[in-house]
Amino acid sequence: MIAIMNYGMGNLFSIYNSMKKVNGEPELVSVGEINMLRQADGIIIPGVGAYDDGMRRLKPIADELREILSGGVPLLGICIGMQLLFEESEEGNERGLSLIPGRVVRLPETVRVPHMGWNNLHFSYSEILSEILEGISEHDYFYFVHSYYCAPRDERHIVAFSEYGVRFAAVVNIDNIYGVQFHPEKSSKKGLHILKNFVHICKR
Amino acid sequence: MEVMLTKRIIPCLDCDLRVPGGRVVKGKEFKQIRYAGVPWELAAEYEEQGADEIVFLDITASAERRETMAHVIKKTAENVFIPLTVGGGIRGVEDARKVFSVGADKVSVNTAAIKRPDVVNEIADEFGSQACVVAIDAKRRYLREESALKKAEEEGKFIVDTAEGKCWFECSIYGGREFTGTDAVKWAMEVEARGAGEILLTSMDRDGTKDGYDIELTRAVCESVRIPVIASGGCGSPAHMIEVFERTDASAALAASIFHYREYTVRDVKLHLKEHNIPVRL
Repeated sequence: MIAIMNYGMGNLFSIYNSMKKVNGEPELVSVGEINMLRQADGIIIPGVGAYDDGMRRLKPIADELREILSGGVPLLGICIGMQLLFEESEEGNERGLSLIPGRVVRLPETVRVPHMGWNNLHFSYSEILSEILEGISEHDYFYFVHSYYCAPRDERHIVAFSEYGVRFAAVVNIDNIYGVQFHPEKSSKKGLHILKNFVHICKR
Repeated sequence: MEVMLTKRIIPCLDCDLRVPGGRVVKGKEFKQIRYAGVPWELAAEYEEQGADEIVFLDITASAERRETMAHVIKKTAENVFIPLTVGGGIRGVEDARKVFSVGADKVSVNTAAIKRPDVVNEIADEFGSQACVVAIDAKRRYLREESALKKAEEEGKFIVDTAEGKCWFECSIYGGREFTGTDAVKWAMEVEARGAGEILLTSMDRDGTKDGYDIELTRAVCESVRIPVIASGGCGSPAHMIEVFERTDASAALAASIFHYREYTVRDVKLHLKEHNIPVRL
């Protein structure tokens, strides 16, 4: 079972359906259901919305979540769910989950914000391609919608970049922690492919 | 390799919700209504062809059909994994919540926002700017007389010098049946300030004509706001999409009939765009 965190940040209909589509055995899990999280083979933090909102809702279980993750359970943060993995954001005042060193910053003034639409990835070749991107090429497109982006302190945590006025982290990974700035559940077949990769990682 | 945000191609499904389950119609004129198909089947077909997003427009825009629209979106979102926008008769936060809860990603508001602009703030605050599209249906108002021009200038209208003469653009509501006196370009700037994440800009002069997008209108709005603008109204061929992307900074182009009549697939259109070096997702 893969737990989709239901923490009141946007509707989860699409992520739930897309996980079902790739046989991910999704289960919507509320913030209070910590035992469900403990049983999960993987955890997804989805969501759209504001940083502080999201963090305030996750805060009550932040310590437990960190403890569960230290056991090696794979986590995938999507969009705001990815940004919450970092330490802080220019969008708000709350402290993030701090699972990845770095901060979240505003997209530059030189481009239309939000960055809304389909963009491609640029792989970082510093390390072997992460499993989350297996079968994905730099010619594949994903659906982005965001006004802030993640800036990891250590570039080695960036698996793939995208470009929109600035080169930013589109996919990050440290050990069992993954984050994608785009919405795989809204990125047609290639998005489903990434979710399928995550399911494989969870079932390993 | 070149890395950049692609231009979006968005098929629009005009839905008649008076039919059980809902049907997509060809042509917005009720007297010549023809059914193009089942909404979720067409949406799946367009996704397969490479559509970047789908807009569902409730042309009946009636309160009692809300359950039907929710059903249409739910059926679509079970199998279609691209962004879905719902427009037509969305009155506020509660209507929006209903379609978001079944898988919609954005709502588009026009009439409700003109009548009570705070609706834009409310939807943006509750669901985020990215979920809040403001639809603007704009019609050219030519200023042929010197006195009319002077009056428009005094009123602070955004005046554009077009090939056909000077004009301003007036917002219409209720699907073009009523005019409001509101300046479309200024309204676009206001809704951006109120938190709208995107503007769906339809030319009422071009809608249904297949004469091409209103370039001057699209350009005026694109140059006045920093949020993405979707050009709409008048698309009759891929050449019109090429024109709107080459001559304006529109982020997306919406079309209905060229896809419904199967004159072109979304992929056909994108291949044309690519030949003209316009970045698209293929």
